Amino acid sequence: MKERGSWPLWEVFLRGRRGLAHQHVGSLHAPDWELAVQNARDLYTRRGEGVSIWVVESAVIHASDPDDGGPLFDPPADKVYRHPTFYEVPEDLKL
Amino acid sequence: MAGAAADPREAAFQASIDAERSVEPRDWMPERYRATLIRQIAQHAHSEIIGMQPEGNWITRAPSLRRKAILLAKVQDEAGHGLYLYSAAETLGVSRSELVEMLQTGRQKYSSIFNYPTLTWADVGTIGWLVDGAAITNQLALTKTSYGPYARAMVRICREESFHQRQGFELLAQLSRGTPAQRAMAQDAVDRWWWPSLMMFGPPDGSSPNSAQSMKWKIKRVSNDELRQRFVDMTVPQAQALGLTLPDPELNWNESSGHYDFGPIDWDEFAKVLNGDGPCNAERIRVRREADSGGAWVREAARAWAAKHSHPAAGDAA
Ligand SMILES: [Fe+2]
Ligand SMILES: [Fe+2]
Repeated sequence: MKERGSWPLWEVFLRGRRGLAHQHVGSLHAPDWELAVQNARDLYTRRGEGVSIWVVESAVIHASDPDDGGPLFDPPADKVYRHPTFYEVPEDLKL
Repeated sequence: MAGAAADPREAAFQASIDAERSVEPRDWMPERYRATLIRQIAQHAHSEIIGMQPEGNWITRAPSLRRKAILLAKVQDEAGHGLYLYSAAETLGVSRSELVEMLQTGRQKYSSIFNYPTLTWADVGTIGWLVDGAAITNQLALTKTSYGPYARAMVRICREESFHQRQGFELLAQLSRGTPAQRAMAQDAVDRWWWPSLMMFGPPDGSSPNSAQSMKWKIKRVSNDELRQRFVDMTVPQAQALGLTLPDPELNWNESSGHYDFGPIDWDEFAKVLNGDGPCNAERIRVRREADSGGAWVREAARAWAAKHSHPAAGDAA
């Protein structure tokens, strides 16, 4: 049963239709990228959910630390002038 | 576990849950939250995988090409559900091979409903209607569970489930409008599956020891008894539309509660089947083990192929 565990994990991204970006939909195990794409088709597109598949090996993804969530994402909160609602303009001018 | 309770991060975790923020894989979480989820998601995944067997038994005997195609698609969906859920469990730090091992050695359970046999073609329709119907009731509530990957798997699964229930209902409707023998076959199947379907929601709230903590962590949002009642209320009118009766003389509309009352459930039978003494427990595990060992050469060949080619996976330790 060990050999199953050594199949790496892949993250699956689907483009729902032309014009949209690929979106993460889940993950699966496969021995290589070609079988990962095949398996992704069987597992995640049984009802026409996508027109394009990306697979990315989970091991090569680097992510921000969830504990840094505050310090990492707080700064924009005090820069309210980055948002259009910060500015007072005449309402009838369609600005 | 006393040490874990004293962890100051536990209060922050609960506050985050109370604020309806979902928990994601790399967040800190109490070990008991992690263990509860691994157990629940794994049990759910195993149920999807074992659940392929009772219906799968009828694929070669489906009475028409249309019914065979439908049944194949449904069973394939259940395999997919199992895989979504195994992936969700793996985000909690348990490996796929450990999960498969725990199913095949009986250390983790699956829903006791799948230990009943599928004796006639009408069982296929009844499973779709009642068993998938009960599963949907349970799974809809779980789309709001606090653990993100589990909730997302549930959303995907619920989208696929409604065809399962509808094809079952349609199959039974055809039988109950058919010959007297077909009608009797449909009624017999409903008689056998009704009570086990009610047991799918688990023990009554009063004797469900882990429920309170699961509700507090918002892993569980709706209690066993409330889900069971929802299912009964939804199903009785459907049975009437089918022209079939449900095997419970105490089943009655209660004007004052606005719900259907129903008779007592045989919890001794539930415990017996759950603990291995059901009609098909041994067969289900044996078939699963055979499928696993029978497929070993395919996994081996795929690995050998991948190793020989120029695009080895970065995560392949070899
Ligand atoms: Fe399912
Ligand atoms: Fe289903």
